[in-house]
Amino acid sequence: MATTTLIVLPFAGALLVALLPLPRNATAWLAFLISLVEVARWIVAAAQYDFDKGGLQLSASTEWVQSLGISYSVGFYGFSIWLVGVSVIVSAAAIGWALWVGRERPRAYYALMLGLTGAVVATFVAQDLLLFYVAFEAMLIPLYVLVGVWGGERRSTATLTFVVYTMIGSLLMLAAVVAFGVTQGTFSLVDSGTSDNTWIFLGFAAAFAIKAPLFPFHGWLPLAYREAPIEVTAVLSGIVSKTAVFGFIRIALPKFPGPVHDLRGLILVLSGAGLVYGSVLAFRTFDLRGIVAYSSLAQMGLITLGIFASNDLGLDGAVLQSVNHALISASMFLLVGMVERRTGTGDIPALGGMARGRPILATVLLVAGMVALAVPGSATFAGEFLIMAGAYGQGWGYAVVVALGVVLAAMYVLRLISAVLHERRGPSVREEARDLRVGELALVLPLVACLLVLSFWPALVSESSFAGDRASAVVSQGFR
Amino acid sequence: MIASTIPTPHVDWFALSPSLSLLAASGLCLFVAVLLPEWLRKAFAATIAFAGFATAGGFAIALFNHSQTAQTLLSDSMSRDRLAAFTQLILAATGAVVVFVGWGDRRRGNAGEYYALLTAAVAGMAFFVSAENLMTLFLGLEWFSLCLYVLCALDTDRAASLEAGLKYVIIGSFGSAVLLFGSALVYGATGKLGFAQIAAANASNDSFLVAGLAMILAGLMFKISAAPFHMWTPDVYQGAPTSVTAFMSAATKTAAFVLLVRLLNTAFPKESDIWTIALAVIACISLAWGNLAALAQRDVKRLLAYSSISQAGFMLIGVETATSRGTEALLYYLVVYSALSVGAFAVVAARERELGAPVTLESLAGFGWERPVYGSALWLFMLGFAGFPLTGGLFGKFFVFSAAYDAGDWWLVIVGVVATMVSLAYYLNVIRWMYMRTAPAPRVVVVGGAPPREWALGLAVAGCAVVTVGTFFVVQPILDLASDAAAALPF
Repeated sequence: MATTTLIVLPFAGALLVALLPLPRNATAWLAFLISLVEVARWIVAAAQYDFDKGGLQLSASTEWVQSLGISYSVGFYGFSIWLVGVSVIVSAAAIGWALWVGRERPRAYYALMLGLTGAVVATFVAQDLLLFYVAFEAMLIPLYVLVGVWGGERRSTATLTFVVYTMIGSLLMLAAVVAFGVTQGTFSLVDSGTSDNTWIFLGFAAAFAIKAPLFPFHGWLPLAYREAPIEVTAVLSGIVSKTAVFGFIRIALPKFPGPVHDLRGLILVLSGAGLVYGSVLAFRTFDLRGIVAYSSLAQMGLITLGIFASNDLGLDGAVLQSVNHALISASMFLLVGMVERRTGTGDIPALGGMARGRPILATVLLVAGMVALAVPGSATFAGEFLIMAGAYGQGWGYAVVVALGVVLAAMYVLRLISAVLHERRGPSVREEARDLRVGELALVLPLVACLLVLSFWPALVSESSFAGDRASAVVSQGFR
Repeated sequence: MIASTIPTPHVDWFALSPSLSLLAASGLCLFVAVLLPEWLRKAFAATIAFAGFATAGGFAIALFNHSQTAQTLLSDSMSRDRLAAFTQLILAATGAVVVFVGWGDRRRGNAGEYYALLTAAVAGMAFFVSAENLMTLFLGLEWFSLCLYVLCALDTDRAASLEAGLKYVIIGSFGSAVLLFGSALVYGATGKLGFAQIAAANASNDSFLVAGLAMILAGLMFKISAAPFHMWTPDVYQGAPTSVTAFMSAATKTAAFVLLVRLLNTAFPKESDIWTIALAVIACISLAWGNLAALAQRDVKRLLAYSSISQAGFMLIGVETATSRGTEALLYYLVVYSALSVGAFAVVAARERELGAPVTLESLAGFGWERPVYGSALWLFMLGFAGFPLTGGLFGKFFVFSAAYDAGDWWLVIVGVVATMVSLAYYLNVIRWMYMRTAPAPRVVVVGGAPPREWALGLAVAGCAVVTVGTFFVVQPILDLASDAAAALPF
């Protein structure tokens, strides 16, 4: 029940918001309230979950299509508790941001945002392949409209590329789901066995690689992240990309041990390439959104590296880093949004010198940036260190690539910070542009606070994701 | 008495009841058309037609419950089984919804005829789907086709409608002629008309039989509008009155598809190695041609027509498997497809009545925001066609693909998946026009503000939307019914 309410609540909320003829502000507040209730509901669920025991908990299952072995079955593992946690938190922050800035056509907008939240949560708890596919695909519908209606000038092209890329992935996955489920006789992730079919594995891998996105499947990323409303970008890069992480950990690794073994080298190389390539692009690009967007590409490469290292350290690190990245990317995008609202632009040459007279903005951006560049002692440092150690298990070369990525991260984050806060005052920065307001702080501070908590206690996530230190055993045994 | 000396076959009136009740309704509608004053005709005829569809649906349910074992009637010319009953139920439901869609049509003096033809067409289809020999097959085919020809041309004051009717007559008759010729060849090869007897005649190697089978297939492909037998579809769907298009696109396909599986699996099971390949090829051509041509359409009815061609391709994959699983998938798909198709055309009808002009993509600009209910309904139907979650369309595609994979045709799954990718371009384009474009210029608004609310059309759209979403959540019960129906065929 606990899990089902977590899925149903946002969808029911979306219907409510869409149907109630409330005034603009009331609609926004109602949506924000629903998203906060969802966070509260998650806290209750996390408290109920027994992390020492691990395994599938809070599960529910109802037959859906008996004759094909499809069921509505949901449940939590340790790592999915954390993925759902950041999802609901980031969604609440995003909806709060929309409430703060105000969006046209509020009933449709908030309904879609809540629907998106519900679909993401459903993806993370799905224990049936078809349910997973349904949720994975259902994310696309609200995203399509959110970018296409409320996006920037080139939203039309952005939605088109985004949809084309993701649908190619999704439909390949559908073919793979059909093939896997029909061969196994069941679509349940818990009951089904493993498969040695490389083609089926590639169907899944393509969908996840596009959704993450991983190099070289990231063609949709720059436009979509730039043209979407900033809070949608935060959701997109923060949590929607993590559905790929879930897919890799829950489906690709345990169900396809053979193909994973055969293709591990290729995937690791591509992930490493994405890490370096994304970092370099982030260092070279000339707008704030671009920097955060490409850094997401780099971070997803890093996380995938950890996953496909397939050892305890790598998997624990990948989950920790997923949680970190969701929080960082959401807070960075929201901070970028706050800067853009004050200056009307995100172009680096037009910015600068915003620290003077705006101490709160400077402090928050600096703290978030420090965490983002993995300063020792931060949660991201812990995550990246774990991944590096895990990657070392597959070869020292991968560890060197990760180290390179960490150095590059420092470069692009520092560039962003100095471009916004320091240097000469940019032409678009007006003297009277205000410091962060209370409302904005209330949105971004909880995210940064979560990061700081994780910085002091990264083991909260990394030790509990797979019931102690047995990550690779748990994954290779199919979470049994 | 003479009657006692001539042996007459026992007539199972109950098995014929869906057709008969609709024929009765049709006759009553014709009486209405001549006996009642004009202002009363529409209301009376529509009520009678709806009652007829409800009765036929009720009879179909009863037949389904009382026909566990398939039996043949009237000297083996008809069959009474669950497959026929299940299809008759879909057809009756489609007809009932179309009564609501057609209610708002501006008919000058032919409302009675409209409903009479509608009920007569469904009566013919109900007869057609239970055909068990080549003669009754042809009879049923012509019965409902003639009604459809007239229905298409019913808007006599619109040239496009007349043109549609004429095109449909010419190409439809050609299709019928091909089918009849094929039947003759099969009869020549086997000396039998009954489906089961044809199968028992063991004439697999006879080239007449194979040629006849090919021609019968071609004739039926005209009716399900699969490429390359689809030439009439875009023109007729575009020109016919929109409520008629809604009806045709759903009901004709349903009837023709069910008869296709029945015929192929009862009369030609031994030739399955031939016709499965033929159907796979036709499915691929339909998917390719329907989707690619739909990309280029601006007129929404034309776009939906090409979409229906590609949907026929998906359903053909189900037939092609020649398994009970494929047939279940087909029947499930037909339920969803009927709802989607009637619903989508109903929304087009709403927009058409509002504008008084054919609906193009441009004239959908801003529609989603202006008419939130119709807009979200059309959105839902487009997602359903494309096979997105939260619509039964997902399961339709899913079942067809899994049946094909199960039968070893993994390559058809790939073709279907690629076709779905292409189809997204135009389905999502409709959504894009509705929500992401604004109307180019202020339109001339009818004096008196917004057009009156059409509760009947709204109900029809709501009904289709409920089926579309309902078939996503309630899958197993429908699948059980479909598998009971498919059990009537010898697999």
